[in-house]
Amino acid sequence: MSTAQTIPEKEPSSFRLIATLGVAGFFSGVVLVGSFIFTQPIILANKAKALSAAIYKVLPGCAEYKSLLLTNGVLEPLPEGVELGQEGVNPEVFAGFDKEGKLIGFAVTTEEPGFQDIIAGIFGYDPVKGEIIGLEILDSKETPGLGDKILKDADFRKNFQALATHPEIKAVKKGEKENPYEVEAITGATISSKAVVRLLNKGMGQWEEAMKAYAESQGDTE
Amino acid sequence: MNLNNSRTAEEFLKGLWKENPVFVAVLGMCPTLAVTNSAINALAMGAATTFVLFFSSLLVSLMRKAIPKQVRITTYIVIIATFVSMVDMLLAALVPDIHKALGAFIALIVVNCVILGRQEAFASKNKPGLAMMDALGMGIGFSMALMMIGIVREVLGSGSIFNIPLFGPTFEPWIIMILPPGGFFTLGFLLLFFNWYAERRKKLKAEVS
Repeated sequence: MSTAQTIPEKEPSSFRLIATLGVAGFFSGVVLVGSFIFTQPIILANKAKALSAAIYKVLPGCAEYKSLLLTNGVLEPLPEGVELGQEGVNPEVFAGFDKEGKLIGFAVTTEEPGFQDIIAGIFGYDPVKGEIIGLEILDSKETPGLGDKILKDADFRKNFQALATHPEIKAVKKGEKENPYEVEAITGATISSKAVVRLLNKGMGQWEEAMKAYAESQGDTE
Repeated sequence: MNLNNSRTAEEFLKGLWKENPVFVAVLGMCPTLAVTNSAINALAMGAATTFVLFFSSLLVSLMRKAIPKQVRITTYIVIIATFVSMVDMLLAALVPDIHKALGAFIALIVVNCVILGRQEAFASKNKPGLAMMDALGMGIGFSMALMMIGIVREVLGSGSIFNIPLFGPTFEPWIIMILPPGGFFTLGFLLLFFNWYAERRKKLKAEVS
């Protein structure tokens, strides 16, 4: 009896505790689903817009582009009714056409681990010349002032205006470029520069055959 | 009425200066050091934290009698995490660039001890009106502190303020200021200044009396 007096209030039952958490969890879920439904289309549209802007940048002279998906080993345009920016639609290769509807090149997205985190990039490829004709970094967390020069350094970016892809793209020290397939690395950001080179080689290795096949099929139809 | 007003004002003002969460309580150091490499990032982080703090405090204060104290911390975390996830999605939708810059630190607002601390120490024991004032004061105090660090780091480390260049092209930025060590340097000097100032005031007061 005496012990009961020292306890100021009754212990709530386990049911009450579980119910409190259950109710909190339920309302939290409702709010989260609500904000997800509201924001998801906007987020996807933003991403699609950023990607679309990058495609026009890496393919100079591009007037419109088609998103391509690998179907049965062949690159094909998205089926009717499916659009970029929809959920689950993540094409990695885009074909760019000029005003007359002629194929001018491909934009390819790839990712590679950099110095801090994954670097996501998109590059333009001209199948006729066999050259890389543009590069944009979509996402990177490289060190400010050093590694982030892969986005900002004008000299480094000049490497990607006409870069041969065969036999293999290589990073060399600044001022030592001798061959058309070499990239002059940024002093102080060798790891980030090499990551960009790996990113290009990876994209080329993965898609070169398919892009050539697509370019040939385009040539046939015209 | 008068007494009530002054109490409300006091709950608001204490977060700005006397009990500033960063410079006095030294709470929430993770975002304070991590996302203050530019003024705009600091402002966004401060605003997001204030938003979460305000609504969590309001809700916790409204429900303070309904939540059994055995599960209070868990419930607070659920409430805070919900608001944080909401802010995360809203920022991604409305200001994608800032969302990208703040990255993982938005999700980490959940474990910012400024927020949980205010729920436990204040909102769970006070009426909603006072809890809101307290949250606003603390939120704005936190934002101000982040902004001060962010402005110092951006001016020295990038030579700009809110992305507006200050010094022209010949300025060589102190890159270290926008790297992690710069955060510690700036915070250290600001804490030094605030403590020196507080000591000095204390001494002056003692001399007068």
